[in-house]
Amino acid sequence: MSAHAINAPSARQKWVAGSLVILYALVTMIPLAWIMITGFKSPADAISYPPKVVFEPTLEGYVNLFTTRTRQTQEFLENNPPQNWADEIVRQYDMVIVGPSKFGERFLNSVIIGFGSTFLSVFLGTLAAYAFSRFKIPLADDLLFFILSTRMMPPIAVAIPIFLMYRNLGLSDTHLGMILLYTAVNISLAVWLLKGFIDEIPREYEEAALIDGYTRFQAFYKVVLPQAATGIASTAIFCLIFAWNEYAFAVLLTSATAQTAPPFIPTIIGIGGLDWPAIAAAATIFLLPVMIFTILLRKHLLRGITFGAVRK
Amino acid sequence: MSDGTMDRVARATPTKVARKIRGLSDRAIAWIFVAPTIFLLLAINIFPLIWTIQLSFTNYRANRVGREVKNIGLRNYERILTDSDIWLNMQATAHFLFWTIFFQVLIGFTLAYLINKNFRGSPFWTTVIVLPMMLSPAVVGNFWKFLYQPQIGLFNYIVSFFTGKDPSSFEMLGQVNLAPWSIVIVDTWMWTPFVMLICLAGLRSIPDYIYEAAEIDRASKLRQFFTITIPMVLPFLMLAVLFRGIENFKMFDLVVQLTGGGPGSTTELTSINLKREAFEKWRTGYASAYAIILFVTVFGLASIYVKALNNVKER
Repeated sequence: MSAHAINAPSARQKWVAGSLVILYALVTMIPLAWIMITGFKSPADAISYPPKVVFEPTLEGYVNLFTTRTRQTQEFLENNPPQNWADEIVRQYDMVIVGPSKFGERFLNSVIIGFGSTFLSVFLGTLAAYAFSRFKIPLADDLLFFILSTRMMPPIAVAIPIFLMYRNLGLSDTHLGMILLYTAVNISLAVWLLKGFIDEIPREYEEAALIDGYTRFQAFYKVVLPQAATGIASTAIFCLIFAWNEYAFAVLLTSATAQTAPPFIPTIIGIGGLDWPAIAAAATIFLLPVMIFTILLRKHLLRGITFGAVRK
Repeated sequence: MSDGTMDRVARATPTKVARKIRGLSDRAIAWIFVAPTIFLLLAINIFPLIWTIQLSFTNYRANRVGREVKNIGLRNYERILTDSDIWLNMQATAHFLFWTIFFQVLIGFTLAYLINKNFRGSPFWTTVIVLPMMLSPAVVGNFWKFLYQPQIGLFNYIVSFFTGKDPSSFEMLGQVNLAPWSIVIVDTWMWTPFVMLICLAGLRSIPDYIYEAAEIDRASKLRQFFTITIPMVLPFLMLAVLFRGIENFKMFDLVVQLTGGGPGSTTELTSINLKREAFEKWRTGYASAYAIILFVTVFGLASIYVKALNNVKER
């Protein structure tokens, strides 16, 4: 909007609009800030009333998140001095660290399944999107709509036959099974988004390459792919975020080997109930990468969340 | 470019193979490129869908492997459509859908309108506002459960701070009259930015000259708002509602973590109910019929809606 426009907002209007938006932003950040703060509280501080804003920060939540601990006798504790700072923290409860918790594994599963399915869906999605963008495919519109409509099924409805199918094929609770499933879910997003990005690359570039003696495949590989790099990267981040956040399939189809972090985090138990500081610590570690990605993605955010229906 | 890897590979490749690759027609490439995607979708979406349809006519139970499976025709469908409990779940879903969309449109549009005034720092604050919607709904549901704890939770504390009510006098997640609103609040917190972003794109798509023309015609600001801004943003807003509608009809993760469907079944949305039937009671055949009914409902409503949306766009 140029400064000369008749309807340009006045300084006062801008001030009012700005204050209201900033107020909303601050209020909306309270829950997130609170959960991050809680990660640094002791269990007693986390459930104190009134809620404590000022407290002595501790890494107890993080230590509890990554370790398993057992209670020991006074005698044992006296004979075995604490090895490191983490040990010292758990000593206040007469406990010792006996090993790592399952969180590390679950987090790693999230990483493996997230990146695996993202790679597959972007790889297959780029090929399909290129074909839909450049070639005449019979029933292309119907196929594209079909690809999109697979997103309309409630995940639980899809999970029933997938559960049976995976049980028969031995894919239940495996990384491969989850990667394939998330790829199938993500591919509709990948194809739709990438088709939009590839549509925007002028055909003339490839045609010039073809005249220069490139094969169709070379033209795709050497001309189109580099041009579509930003689009491919942002599509990949969207796929990754989806797979990272997914819960319904994960909770129904995995239980141990391939369980990802989202079904695991709410089940972290401490002494006498849910260990809120450890859960908060887990949530912080789990949500932080997504927040960073969101900031990186902000230019393409709208496109990603609307399947490319709205482009800025 | 003349000595790239591809060229060296090309020179090293036997001419027969080379001719084969070079000879691939565009049509062949098109099919090779599309085939894996279609195959994957057939294997993991369509085949299961057909299987679900087939199961929906049986009394199959997935936890009893050896049991004889009988074909019982339309019995499952009949039982679902005449079951009053399921209509209660549908009502809970409708309540959730209506109010989340209502608040998200109201707040989302207002925010977009304000951000469109382009005050200093607006891109930064837009990014801040957008953060909640990118997070894992299950984890979000889980930590809102913590905020909603009576007595110790921050939510109750803030409410009591402003209203003077005793913070242990109400339980957002435990009371029949409050629980349906607790899930509306969290969903609105999470997804208002989505509606906001789409509305913002709509507002920015309105060319300045339209307002300038209206200004010359001496149309009042209020009139401009209702005859230019609203109609021009409407297609965008409707698209946002479509997305939110489909998503919230499928809603599972956030609510299951927050309330688990309770208290009683006040927040038992259809997806949660479906999960109970399929994976707790193991009535696989019955749940399959239920899944088909839900799918047909979403698909039907969405198609009608898209028609309406296209009409608005053409106007």
